[in-house]
Amino acid sequence: MSEHIHGYLAAFDSPADIMHAAERVRDAGFQRWDVHTPFPVHGMDSAMGLKRSRVQRFTLLGGIAGFTTGMLMIWYMNAADYPLVVGGKPFFSPMFAFPVSYELTILLASFGTLFGMFFFNRLPMHYHPVLKAVQWPRATDDRFFLAIDADDPKFDLVRTRTFLREIGGKDIAALEP
Amino acid sequence: MSSVSAEIPAHAKAVLAEVAPANLPRPELIGHRRDFAWITDKVCSIVEAKTPTWWWVAFSLACFVATFTVVGLVYLVSTGVGVWGHANPVNWAWDIVNFVFWIGIGHAGTLISAILCLFRQKWRTSINRAAEAMTIFAVVCAGLFPLFHVGRVWWAWWLFPLPNANAIWPQFRSPLLWDVFAVSTYATVSALFWYMGMIPDLATLRDRATSKIKQIAYGLFAMGWRGSNRHWQNYEMAYLLLAALSTPLVLSVHTIVSFDFAVSLLPGWHTTIFPPYFVAGAIFSGFGMVLTLMLPLRAIYKLDDLITQYHIDCMCKITLATGSIVGYAYAMEFFIAWYGANPYEGFAFINRAFGPYAWAYWIMISCNVITPQLFWFRKVRANTTLVWILSIFVNVGMWFERFVIIVTSLARDFLPSSWGYYSPSVVELFTFFGTFGVFSVLFLLFLRFLPLMAMAEIKAVSPQADPHAGHGDDHASAPDTLAAHH
Repeated sequence: MSEHIHGYLAAFDSPADIMHAAERVRDAGFQRWDVHTPFPVHGMDSAMGLKRSRVQRFTLLGGIAGFTTGMLMIWYMNAADYPLVVGGKPFFSPMFAFPVSYELTILLASFGTLFGMFFFNRLPMHYHPVLKAVQWPRATDDRFFLAIDADDPKFDLVRTRTFLREIGGKDIAALEP
Repeated sequence: MSSVSAEIPAHAKAVLAEVAPANLPRPELIGHRRDFAWITDKVCSIVEAKTPTWWWVAFSLACFVATFTVVGLVYLVSTGVGVWGHANPVNWAWDIVNFVFWIGIGHAGTLISAILCLFRQKWRTSINRAAEAMTIFAVVCAGLFPLFHVGRVWWAWWLFPLPNANAIWPQFRSPLLWDVFAVSTYATVSALFWYMGMIPDLATLRDRATSKIKQIAYGLFAMGWRGSNRHWQNYEMAYLLLAALSTPLVLSVHTIVSFDFAVSLLPGWHTTIFPPYFVAGAIFSGFGMVLTLMLPLRAIYKLDDLITQYHIDCMCKITLATGSIVGYAYAMEFFIAWYGANPYEGFAFINRAFGPYAWAYWIMISCNVITPQLFWFRKVRANTTLVWILSIFVNVGMWFERFVIIVTSLARDFLPSSWGYYSPSVVELFTFFGTFGVFSVLFLLFLRFLPLMAMAEIKAVSPQADPHAGHGDDHASAPDTLAAHH
């Protein structure tokens, strides 16, 4: 039966309500579920039992790549490929190469951060079942939603719906895939 | 208050009773306790409403002013760089003055979006989007000047380390080349930060869209954002990281801009005070521009509940602080010129204040040193019209600061035989005038098509966003005290 729907979407009216509901869903042992809020609700990460974000790994990679690129590029251009004599100074020194490498560190680390965020969030994803729900537009406005996916091992067409109502969910709707 | 006092141990209670701490109200960031839906409606209505008549008038005027830059640059390229007033010994003049002026303006946007984010200044949420837009558009205007000052603009790409027909690479010891990297990185990272901050608000506009075209356009850039908390978690981390990356970036950009001067040997330029002095001046001028832009918008769109008197106070105080740093730097330059006992350095500063450009110097002093000091007074900060007028003085003063630094130093250097006096040509004047049009065109388009304020961020700092609020009536009775917030 559960293959016919994507899952359930339940609405909540306040950040406190959705947070308590999220704690209940976490404690009930669901795995494939999510909370949709118009802004990041403070404390929701632990209410959902989420681990720390990993975006910073991409930031670090980008930063290292940027700094290395800067240093190698300047060494290659001003010391190896076309040694440039300026004021009798050494062809390469990390000192004069530093400002440009510094900027490139920040540049590539920023790209790493943005793309890391997209990568871990699996975005862009222009189609998603929740976006089709009738009550959806308020999820980016002033209402708070909790969605449990039908492919969660604990999902049950009847019991999950009752459970969502028990934890305070309103306007519970089945999501078409 | 009962729940709060219950957590305080007995011995601390005795101390508290003796000290009797004042009940300091925490200023409200959103007036009239507006709810989430009101914030969404207010900000979205700016974009969704029918284009107001004043917008068309302002847009036409801005386009007209922008043509001055276009015509000025076309004339420059078709005739030669000689149409500008530059001549020995003043070969850097309005172009570099205008470049530093515009790039400095941008710095307030990054200060608001990045540095104030790291300092957890919640009031930034109402103004950060517009200030970041200002940053990007100011950098666009700034970039035009050095680009065209190279003379043969079609070879401007030689600034970048790309293989060219000469088989020679850029010279990486030059601060001018560092500047190319600093400014282009700054423009790119500012745009990334601006865009990422806008994604949740673009999703709001997508979900409210009334036509298919709007839905697709906003939807495309919203990347399918659905406010998932699993996404918010990565998003907030990325936001924090970008703030942490932009902070050293913005400090480095104006530092490197100041290296363009400080690394030379010219008296008046060759000083180590330049990097911090330039950064403070940049933030000072940028806040001047933020006030110049935001106060009229606040009046036009009736945004008093989102940009409250508290916000204006904060902006005025930052202007005061950075303006005072700038005033201190002026004094310190003079002191070091005397204390350093270098006759050329001493002359450069006496010449600034009493030489042929004394008029520019005293405009600079009165606008940059005296004007911000008025912000000490609450009555001045509460008078929006006066604040707006003072913000214009800040803009004017900071333009003259760059003029004084660049032109007076070049006009009279070591050899009196090579002294000169620079006056701008009409082409330079018009080209600079036109950049205000270019800036306004871009800003008006931003106003019309993109969310002016970071809705999601404003909602997140509003009192009702706190999931621990409403656990009992005790919070409702004393919601604004520091004790209730901690």
